[in-house]
Amino acid sequence: MKVSLKWLKDYVDIKLAPKGLAEKLTMAGMEIKDIQEVGGTWNNVVIGEVIALNPHPNASRLKLPTVNISTQQITVVCGAPNIAVGQKVPFAGVGAKLIDGHTGKLMTLKPARIRGILSEGMVCSEKELGISDNHESIMVLPSEAPIGMPLSDYLGDIIFDLDITPNRPDCLCTIGIAREIAALTGKILHQPEIHYEEMEEPIDSFISVDIIDPGLCPRYCASLIAGIKVASSPNWLQQRLSSYGMRPINNVVDITNYVMLEHGQPLHAFDYHKLKGKQIVVRRSRNDETMATLDGTEHVLSPDTLVIADKERAIAIAGIMGGLDTEVTDETDTILLESANFNQAIIRQGCYSLNLQSEASIRFDKGLSSDLPLLPLKRATQLLQELAGGKAARGVVDAYPGKSEPKGILLSTGEVKRLSGLKLNISRITEVLQSLGFECRYTDIASQISVITPYWRSDVKSSADLVEEVVRIIGYDKVPITRLSSPLPPQEPRLSATRQQSNLKQRLRNILTSCGFQEILTYSLTSLERLQRLSPKLELNVTPLKVANPMSKEQEYLRTTLRAGVLTTLADNQKHEEAGIRLFEIGKIFLPQPLPVIASEAKQSPQDKKRLPQEKEMLCAVLSGPRAELSWHGNEELLNFFDAKGVAERLLKQSGLKATFEASDDEGLLPGKNANIIIGGDKIGVVGDLHPKVAQAFELSTSVCLIEMDVEKLLGKITGLKKYQPIPRFPSITRDIALLVSKQVTYQQVEDIIQSFPLVAKVTLFDLYAATQIPQGKKSFAVRIVYRSPDHTLTTMEVDKVQQQMLNRLYNELGAALRA
Amino acid sequence: MLKQLEELHLEALAKLNRVSELKELESWRIRYLGKKSKLTQILRSLASLPLEERKKVGAQANEVKKALESSFTEKERHLEETTLISFLERQGVDVTLPGRPISIGRLHPTTRILEEICDIFIRMGFQVFEGPDVEWDYYNFEALNIPQWHPARDMFATLWIDADMGKGARLLRTHTSPMQIRLMERKRPPIRAIMPGRVYRYEATDATHESMLYQVEGLAINKNITLADLKGTLFEFCHCFFGQERRIRFRCDYFPFVEPGVEVAIECSACHGAGCRLCSYSGWLEILGAGMVHPDVLKRGNIDPEVYTGFAFGMGVERIAMLRYSIDDIRLFYSNDSRFLEQF
Repeated sequence: MKVSLKWLKDYVDIKLAPKGLAEKLTMAGMEIKDIQEVGGTWNNVVIGEVIALNPHPNASRLKLPTVNISTQQITVVCGAPNIAVGQKVPFAGVGAKLIDGHTGKLMTLKPARIRGILSEGMVCSEKELGISDNHESIMVLPSEAPIGMPLSDYLGDIIFDLDITPNRPDCLCTIGIAREIAALTGKILHQPEIHYEEMEEPIDSFISVDIIDPGLCPRYCASLIAGIKVASSPNWLQQRLSSYGMRPINNVVDITNYVMLEHGQPLHAFDYHKLKGKQIVVRRSRNDETMATLDGTEHVLSPDTLVIADKERAIAIAGIMGGLDTEVTDETDTILLESANFNQAIIRQGCYSLNLQSEASIRFDKGLSSDLPLLPLKRATQLLQELAGGKAARGVVDAYPGKSEPKGILLSTGEVKRLSGLKLNISRITEVLQSLGFECRYTDIASQISVITPYWRSDVKSSADLVEEVVRIIGYDKVPITRLSSPLPPQEPRLSATRQQSNLKQRLRNILTSCGFQEILTYSLTSLERLQRLSPKLELNVTPLKVANPMSKEQEYLRTTLRAGVLTTLADNQKHEEAGIRLFEIGKIFLPQPLPVIASEAKQSPQDKKRLPQEKEMLCAVLSGPRAELSWHGNEELLNFFDAKGVAERLLKQSGLKATFEASDDEGLLPGKNANIIIGGDKIGVVGDLHPKVAQAFELSTSVCLIEMDVEKLLGKITGLKKYQPIPRFPSITRDIALLVSKQVTYQQVEDIIQSFPLVAKVTLFDLYAATQIPQGKKSFAVRIVYRSPDHTLTTMEVDKVQQQMLNRLYNELGAALRA
Repeated sequence: MLKQLEELHLEALAKLNRVSELKELESWRIRYLGKKSKLTQILRSLASLPLEERKKVGAQANEVKKALESSFTEKERHLEETTLISFLERQGVDVTLPGRPISIGRLHPTTRILEEICDIFIRMGFQVFEGPDVEWDYYNFEALNIPQWHPARDMFATLWIDADMGKGARLLRTHTSPMQIRLMERKRPPIRAIMPGRVYRYEATDATHESMLYQVEGLAINKNITLADLKGTLFEFCHCFFGQERRIRFRCDYFPFVEPGVEVAIECSACHGAGCRLCSYSGWLEILGAGMVHPDVLKRGNIDPEVYTGFAFGMGVERIAMLRYSIDDIRLFYSNDSRFLEQF
């Protein structure tokens, strides 16, 4: 919302400098986004009168006006077609700073010789002065403009751009802001006086108003002015509208806009003679009723929209925009002026369904007071008579079925203290509230008052609202700074599940970063296509939840896996990264939930037809590229499946878990090179190489290994309590054996047998060999076994005995032979 | 015999002179001082000599032994020293050669800042809770005094799951404030909690706008909690996070679910309050919205507003991270370019 300092000064005495005023308003809830100084650069620009106009001897399109600027008369060169003798014009002398009409940049005016004639100054266009974009003609000032006066004294202004919060529609106008300034600076607000003459004939003989649903239109006021003449508005009015960013149209429309900018009440003028049946009906639109609005658009309406109708048809969309059929034109001589109040929700609904907004609707949709319309109506009627001639019918229409009596809100010093921490006495509270127009009455209790809200403050409904009013006028900077003194909430004896989960997430993040992984965070929203790319067959296992109004195809579906985002990021980074890349994300995936079965259709609530998705915390890590950075130490080997598995094992080990890995059939991973991570019989994740088709679909350049874990399931496996094991007191005996087995035998099978024997403390595979010295179809595992007893020093004989049994079993069950 | 000893002494010394390694020295010791050495033989044979000669030869032989032993010790010390020196000389490397690289992993800047924010509040006694990203309209709007067609809905450009956008519609939460209601439904005062999480906006992205953000919501409810406590808590947070010397602005603002409402801004880091492009020439950078929990919101959480009061606040994590690290484009956060991420 823009507001002019000059205009504000019509209603309140302002002594503060613009910056100080801006700060006061900002602190009190009306943030000043920008302060624009109109005429701040107009040095050496004064008001002049064109007293003579001669043709240029060398150019037919140029003229030589002589301008009287009181101290002297100067003849300059001018190319504007509209210049004429007797005009008051802005005249810039040498040294003035003006905007170049062609480049738009600020430049300093210098003497110039134009087609042989010296010009020491110029007559300015609005563009050159930075007032508008008009550069075709020179700016013509009102005839009463005083010759010789600096233009900045005459036209200069300060325009504040305010951010008005949606609860304060009363501040979407000049008087509303003047009222705030008055309260904040301890001044009185002066409102314009209103009186005008009326004709004999009462308004009732011209029009009747019928409100179908008072809930949607609590009040409808109207006046009628006959015999007006539609023309351009006077200069001052046009300027005021322009300074608020509104385009002047004609005196009738301009006056309705002017009064809206002054009082905050949108008004609408109908050409009375275009109305059918001397009747206004406020009703919901009929289905498929059509109407063309002032902007020339044809609308098909629905009952979501409130309309103003005459006897036959809709003539305006209530509170949003007038209709083309009843528009005021140059021929109009009688005006029906509407000043009404509409339900905020129906206006919003209408704007939404028509995709249409206006200066009127942005005020109505915030909930204007139904007590507001009458005064602005009379103000506009007065201005119409003054500026467009004509005479008003006697009285006004005031249909007010939705009138309600204001209720008192009790406010005590205790309540102010309880909410704000500010200790104020009742007289100070009263004083502040009265300065904002609240009516304060004493009650039986000395420290308490009953407060009646002024009509324009429909946002104030409770004592908490009043406390804010008091505190913001006194100043938020006066609120003391205290520490919370209330008792702390009890700590939960056992950490809650969500807390445990965030602890685990934090621990996993720390382990992965210490393993050299970079954490990434990718969007929760993704595209269907990207999810499909995760399957070589482009099939989806889970149908993702769709956003009804996505910003783009890229962000249309809620992710059902972290893989898509992580792989996309990997591909993006591969474009500029030569070293190995290790990335991980820990975050939520969204899995749609099946609907519960409801016995009877009638008992269904909206919640029964929909469910929130399951939000599951997952971990996804990828590795690709060389294991080590390029360096003189060598090692250019690529990261592979066993690097990924090592990371998975470390993650689990550090959480006190041991998993088994079983070949899996995850379709996004390379067949034969991916494994389920199993703990206690449950799959908690998967590790493997990416399927080459998937890698190709994501435009990944090298083979990629991936780890994925379900954080919730992992949490379920962590028992939490760790128990101390005594440090072994007796020495161990270490034996290395090489076992020759057929290629189908897995290492897990071998280890399981070895581990099943007593005295075995640790088993380590330290070599895997399957080359020339080994028979075809065989491989050799070299295993180091550490034997230890908790209660005595082992003898060689004891170990030999166990190992022999072990070898027998390995031979019998797996055909494993000890390699010589 | 004496002459023999003399010759032996001279020969041994001459040989010793030529010894240059510890290994050779050991053979020398065996040869001249060992059990089978000539000297030892002479000493052993002393008993068979006549008394007079035994005395002379014995004395001479012992003297030679002592002299050779001391020469040996000295030579040994010398050789050990030269061996060490040459060993050390061989061990030296070009210490300016780069070390063996170990790959570095880092947390995402959002995570870092989020953890830092949470840590400060945890130290003040706040407990951490989390909630769903996909929410009901009720929690995100209606329970927070923003019914359908309320003008404040303009403040929250919403991504909807259900196109009807009506009561009972699902949406991507536009702020973490729904957690206020969810927490009140579960807990009784005293409540002192922070609730971090992702939020979503129907918003075209540019240098200052993102469609996905992280927020931290705060909520404290009990008897006698005031706006002054809110001010104290947030000032303390700002001082911890941004430093004691940063000026803080505490001004009136509007959010439908708090009353009185507050906005907190800190002095612009680029211009120190003078006004610049970063702060839109205001000198201030907004970092969070806050206020006293609206009585109607307390009621919806089954908390009696006549008995209890409370405050709530919500801050954007990326915005705070941008101020901390002087990041000028919010899109950098979730494009996850390693050249950006490796700076934190």
